[in-house]
Amino acid sequence: MANLTINGKVFNLDVEPDTPLLWAIRENAGLTGTKYGCGIAQCGACTVHLDGAAVRSCGVTVSEAQGKQITTIEGLASDNGLHKVQQAWLENDVPQCGYCQSGMIMAVAALLKDNPKPSDQDINDAITNICRCGTFAQVREAIHIAANA
Amino acid sequence: MNQHVTPRLNRRSFVIGTAALGGGLAVGLDIPFGGPQVVRAADGSPEVNAWVVIRPDDTVVIRIARSEMGQGSLTGLAQLVAEELACDWSKVTTEYPTPGQNVARKRVWGDFSTGGSRGIRSSQDYVRKGGAAARMMLIQAAADEWKVPAAECTAANSVITHKASGKTTTYGKVAEAAAKLSPPADVKLKDPKDWTLIGKGVKRLDTADKVTGAMVYGADIKLPNMLNAAIKDCPVTGGKLKSFDEAKIAGMKGVKKVVTVDGTAVAVVADTWWHAKTALDALPIVWDEGPNAKVSSESIGKWLAEGLESGPAFVGNENGDAKAALAGAVKKVEAVYNYPYQNHATMEPMNATALYTADRCEVWCGTQNGEAAFAAVLEASGLPADKCEVHKLILGGGFGRRGQTDYVRQAVKIAKEMPGTPIKLLWSREEDMTHGRYHPITQCKLTGGFDADNNLTALHMRISGQSILFSLRPDALVNGKDPATFQGLAPSGEATIGYSVPNLLIEHAMRNPHINPGFWRGVNVNQNAIYLECFMDELANAIGQDPLEFRRKLMSKNPKHLAVLNAVAEKIGWGTPAPEGVYRGLAQLHGYGSYVAGAAEISVIDGTKIKVHRIVASTDPGYVVNPAQVERQIAGSFVYGLSALFYGGCTVKDGRIEQTNFDSYNSMRIAEMPKVESIMIPSGGFWGGVGEPTIGVAAPAVLNAFFAATGKRIRSVPLRDQNITFA
Repeated sequence: MANLTINGKVFNLDVEPDTPLLWAIRENAGLTGTKYGCGIAQCGACTVHLDGAAVRSCGVTVSEAQGKQITTIEGLASDNGLHKVQQAWLENDVPQCGYCQSGMIMAVAALLKDNPKPSDQDINDAITNICRCGTFAQVREAIHIAANA
Repeated sequence: MNQHVTPRLNRRSFVIGTAALGGGLAVGLDIPFGGPQVVRAADGSPEVNAWVVIRPDDTVVIRIARSEMGQGSLTGLAQLVAEELACDWSKVTTEYPTPGQNVARKRVWGDFSTGGSRGIRSSQDYVRKGGAAARMMLIQAAADEWKVPAAECTAANSVITHKASGKTTTYGKVAEAAAKLSPPADVKLKDPKDWTLIGKGVKRLDTADKVTGAMVYGADIKLPNMLNAAIKDCPVTGGKLKSFDEAKIAGMKGVKKVVTVDGTAVAVVADTWWHAKTALDALPIVWDEGPNAKVSSESIGKWLAEGLESGPAFVGNENGDAKAALAGAVKKVEAVYNYPYQNHATMEPMNATALYTADRCEVWCGTQNGEAAFAAVLEASGLPADKCEVHKLILGGGFGRRGQTDYVRQAVKIAKEMPGTPIKLLWSREEDMTHGRYHPITQCKLTGGFDADNNLTALHMRISGQSILFSLRPDALVNGKDPATFQGLAPSGEATIGYSVPNLLIEHAMRNPHINPGFWRGVNVNQNAIYLECFMDELANAIGQDPLEFRRKLMSKNPKHLAVLNAVAEKIGWGTPAPEGVYRGLAQLHGYGSYVAGAAEISVIDGTKIKVHRIVASTDPGYVVNPAQVERQIAGSFVYGLSALFYGGCTVKDGRIEQTNFDSYNSMRIAEMPKVESIMIPSGGFWGGVGEPTIGVAAPAVLNAFFAATGKRIRSVPLRDQNITFA
């Protein structure tokens, strides 16, 4: 059993401590917006925030995440509406298949928290998620839109 | 915000799915309703026809038969229907009819297959007619009510107006009556010059759920009492399962059952997928690797190389006498190129969820071919069509991979072992990487000959290697030969060669290694464009001519090919000085009915690091339905094409694919993404595809620029294997 705080809510989950956080989120907490892409922290589709920092949840265990604030794509919006990154994604019509975009958006949201006006080089350094559809041009534009929102 | 409603419908239908006959739609039962028969959607709203349902609140539900995998054709197809329907675009939503319903209704929605960049071009005529017929019926219904001639009524923005009387009504108010009318016999489509919605870069209809995590992909399905399965198939194609030691995983948490599939694979079923995967990894498995266990990239390469020199070959394009002309040539140029196996690597690994009972089998999955998936369910379940159904979901990438149904079949076979329990089969990335349907492997020997005046008098291309059709569509072979291998090189059709050479011979020596080939975004255009377009540069260089001028001279009989090439040359500034240290390359091709060209600007650091600064890509697809989406397809095609050029190689050792994940099979990141400038020059009169053709020019444009920068000609993909990477 493990207590995980996901999107401000405490989940008491029947899950082993060495289970990757990704699978606890998807299968035990039932939040499927966080995606499985590779399982080895290469692709970033499973990116969530752990105490506000972007992490690849397939590479973090449940025990490592206990006691921390976990935010998933489902928890990014607030009562005031969508997060500005989500808004920018809508405005710029970013997703193609969309499967990588939860992770992409979470990575970008964390970047903008630390670096509200990232340069293109900052974006290149921080955003390393794989998108096979090739939305990178729209992603970059949308990051700047969100940064200026 | 309009939303694609399919996931919601499906989520709802999970609950009723086992008891009811289908998902969200009517299933072809014509329900008597006080007179003529009206077919109803699940919520009771009337179908005006198979493509259009209109709800009382004026919501327009447009049925989309093709699959959405990111390419945007769900939105484009809706635009085509809505253009003729003259409805309010802000009230449009979409849904998928199911393959089972299509069968039950005598294929009223036509072909579901979504590949070959055909989504729009192969259905544009009948879906526009569907929209137009619905509009005519809605107008007729209003006219009948008003007792005026329909010809005096007009429709726009979902409002019908009778000008003389000043009467107006909305589609939602007359849909019920319209649904009872007979469809018009004669449906006239708008002249393209009158289009107002087609050609407009409206936003996609399926975005909202993709930014909140709410979109349900196949991997996200939840059904009551569902269990999860992880699978390992024999790593060597042609091998089989010998034994496994189930006792070793007995008692592991969550494990419910271990099942074999078709004698080649073993799957663990557990409460969660993580438990299933963990147990499967702990399960000792012994494979009988079969006759292919010693095959390697080296042995395949050697076999293909033999095909370049000897043995029978299938002629795909021939004029004059190339061999004689080459024998008499004053100058000859010869080169050998090769192209590797590549995995599609969709971001969402293969998966399908199946629920089997003694008299029914339902599957939920992402598929590029709903009808093929349906056929796979029938075959694997042993049940007839009226007892099977496939619920299509939005795909987490397709690129050709999800046109195959191997994962659907496996899910049904596993579910059959546990009747009444829904089973979600999800492949690990490792399973996905090692059991792909790979871009086929080929080599090509090219020989060109010049006369004393530096005229290209002969060109001989001999391709040796794998046929996709041999493996996947043997019915499409011609006397055992594969005409599709000449994609982009053909004398006629939708993928023709753009050059006129007086003596031309293009032939294919088929060599089919055991690795399963598949249709991979761009398909045979990818290697053929590298072979031909890089070699055209080699030929130009051999006689000291500019690559653009050299091509132009050979393209006078192919003005559409030439137009797109000229467009990129002009925009990239060909013939004018490039920025310091920047070099340019060109390529063009005709594929999927569209004419495309690409120009690249790159710089090379230390001979091994390439910075792609800028790509200019032009396309003439005849018509552009949604320029915003076409632009994204073009930019995305360069991500796919350049990922393939730099990183995309699957090698074979001991009969199996060596690459297992993104650490050994990399893909481009945002830092490596060049600026892509697209030029759309739709010339009208034909319908070409846009998802694939521009992929083919990505690699040769960059390779030609690399030669311009370094004087070194690269004839082998991927660059990874030559220690060349992105700067």
